[in-house]
Amino acid sequence: MNLLRWQRPELASWPTFGGLSTLRNEIDRLFEAPLSELAHGSHFLSGSAPALDVFEDKDNFVVKAELPGMKKEDIDVSLHDGTLSISGERKSDKKWEDAEVYRAERFFGRFQRTVALPSAVDAAKIKAQYKDGVLTITLPKAEEAKPKQIDVQVS
Amino acid sequence: MQTTVENQTTNARPVREEYVAPNVNIFETPEGYVLQAEMPGVTKDGLEIMLEGTEITIVGRRTPESVSGEPLFRERSRADYRRVFELDPAIDTEKVSAKIEQGILTVTLPKSEKVKPRKITVD
Repeated sequence: MNLLRWQRPELASWPTFGGLSTLRNEIDRLFEAPLSELAHGSHFLSGSAPALDVFEDKDNFVVKAELPGMKKEDIDVSLHDGTLSISGERKSDKKWEDAEVYRAERFFGRFQRTVALPSAVDAAKIKAQYKDGVLTITLPKAEEAKPKQIDVQVS
Repeated sequence: MQTTVENQTTNARPVREEYVAPNVNIFETPEGYVLQAEMPGVTKDGLEIMLEGTEITIVGRRTPESVSGEPLFRERSRADYRRVFELDPAIDTEKVSAKIEQGILTVTLPKSEKVKPRKITVD
């Protein structure tokens, strides 16, 4: 599996003009995300799929997804065949249904993202925590997938 | 033979503070305005809201995250959030309040009493 080490590209700073900055963020995201097979989203530029970071240390994979303003019962995390799937529905606040809308930039509706993990994880030990609008999923690596030191015998 | 190696981790350019603009929803009711801004990763301690003249500036500083390991894939912005809005003069700036929950900042900007629609009783 082709795994690219992440490198932050240098981009010239753009001035921020109110509503155009959302477009700028989307374009930044388009250029900064490496085109790897690792993570797939439902829509690239619509801003509907949550932004993801994936980290790896010797014992775990950690996936962080930005999902502000959700209730944890509306978030689904599942693992199938070594692929992590994060999906759910972002629901709008009924409270403001009748108010006059000046701006509506927030996305509401169903979303899904999948992450193909590079090696096996122990499904029973996966933990997911939702705090400050960030979903953090910790996936401990399966024992056989952990790096092991092999002693070299000289005879 | 002389070889030169370019160190890719140093920048000649000075680092400038960069912000990203949070997505917002703004509603108006007869009582006032409600502004919701999406700032995942920000807590009460990271918020700075300033009212100056006819403008409101909202800044959300992300709580630094300690993650062990190497990044394999990175889409989240690491910049802090910032956005500026023009205020409707009808807003009573003394009564503006804000709270943040699960990364959503909600700013409530009530209109001043004298601007609200009032029924006048006729004697």
